[in-house]
Amino acid sequence: MIATNHIVSYLLHLADNALLLAQRNAEWCGHGPVLEQDIAITNISLDLLGQSRNFYQHAATLIGDGATEDRLAYLRTEREFKNCLLVELPRGDWAFTILRQFAFSAYQQLLFRELRNSSDDQLAAIAAKSLKEVDYHLRWSSEWVIRLGDGTEESKVRIQHAVEEIWPYTGELFLTAEYEAAAAKDGIGIDPGTLHTLWMKKVESIFDEATLPLPVGVFMQSGGKQGKHTEHMGYILAELQYLQRAYPNSEW
Amino acid sequence: MNIQIRKYYYGDIPEDKSAGGGTPSGKTVKTDWPLWEVFIRSKQGLDHKHVGSLHAADAEMAIENARDVYTRRMEGVSIWVVESKYMHASNPGEAEQLYEPANDKIYRHPTFYDLPDAVNHM
Repeated sequence: MIATNHIVSYLLHLADNALLLAQRNAEWCGHGPVLEQDIAITNISLDLLGQSRNFYQHAATLIGDGATEDRLAYLRTEREFKNCLLVELPRGDWAFTILRQFAFSAYQQLLFRELRNSSDDQLAAIAAKSLKEVDYHLRWSSEWVIRLGDGTEESKVRIQHAVEEIWPYTGELFLTAEYEAAAAKDGIGIDPGTLHTLWMKKVESIFDEATLPLPVGVFMQSGGKQGKHTEHMGYILAELQYLQRAYPNSEW
Repeated sequence: MNIQIRKYYYGDIPEDKSAGGGTPSGKTVKTDWPLWEVFIRSKQGLDHKHVGSLHAADAEMAIENARDVYTRRMEGVSIWVVESKYMHASNPGEAEQLYEPANDKIYRHPTFYDLPDAVNHM
């Protein structure tokens, strides 16, 4: 266990979100539906990995005591990870991957816009840098949601299925965890609850263009932010952390 | 067996090969998407240069794909894409009649002429 306060927890939460989705998207490497999209999704994966590194490095500096980004990413246990359940779900088919990216990028865009004004200069700088990447992720995934929703019969069935699967995991993005509330109070972080209305607006406009109905009255899953994860988490961590655990301190 | 091999010159792709509203049969997605040629301007003020080609469903996707495939190492500041079927190329078999006549006409180069000393800055 590493010593944490609410700022460190908040940074780890941001980092874990990015790392887990980077790992999931990286699973497409060499398996994308076409070469160009294979490169696009792995590009996004690398962007997210870069974001997670920035957050981990910042957290490691605050923790001190020999903490490193590698230790934070590779040597924490499942219950110490604070990512939302959404990003740890298996990659599914292309529609699932696209829709998850869209939901998450729309959230990240709103979040990073606000975080640019964080009283923590380092965090504000990371947010400003990442926002440019996220703007592109959102544009790219939005177009794909529209393409699939308003595409062929099969693409429509697939994206609708993805909506059903993913929607129950979108609520957690906007549930305020203790460390988020505390970080927001300090002017360092953002209370994600305040982002929900704008997020819905974005989703509504894209779903409308994609001729997709908005789900209503769905029970929302949560727990990831508190370290209570789905059954998929152990497996993805096993893969993600294997090298560091099998060969401690190995480096490129 | 009667196998017909037809060679297409670069960019000269007939309509039936470039899909985009083609047969939505059991073909893979890749052959259904038309081919696009990509041109990238590396710096403001320079020309767009041909860098390669890719598959995409429409122009918007072609530009995004080009961004991901060809500008990952900061190669450019501007992208042009054009569907390959709209590119027309000269026939390499006709190179002799097209280009060789220029070979012995050295007077077409400015270096052929001796300039009077009075003319500076040429």
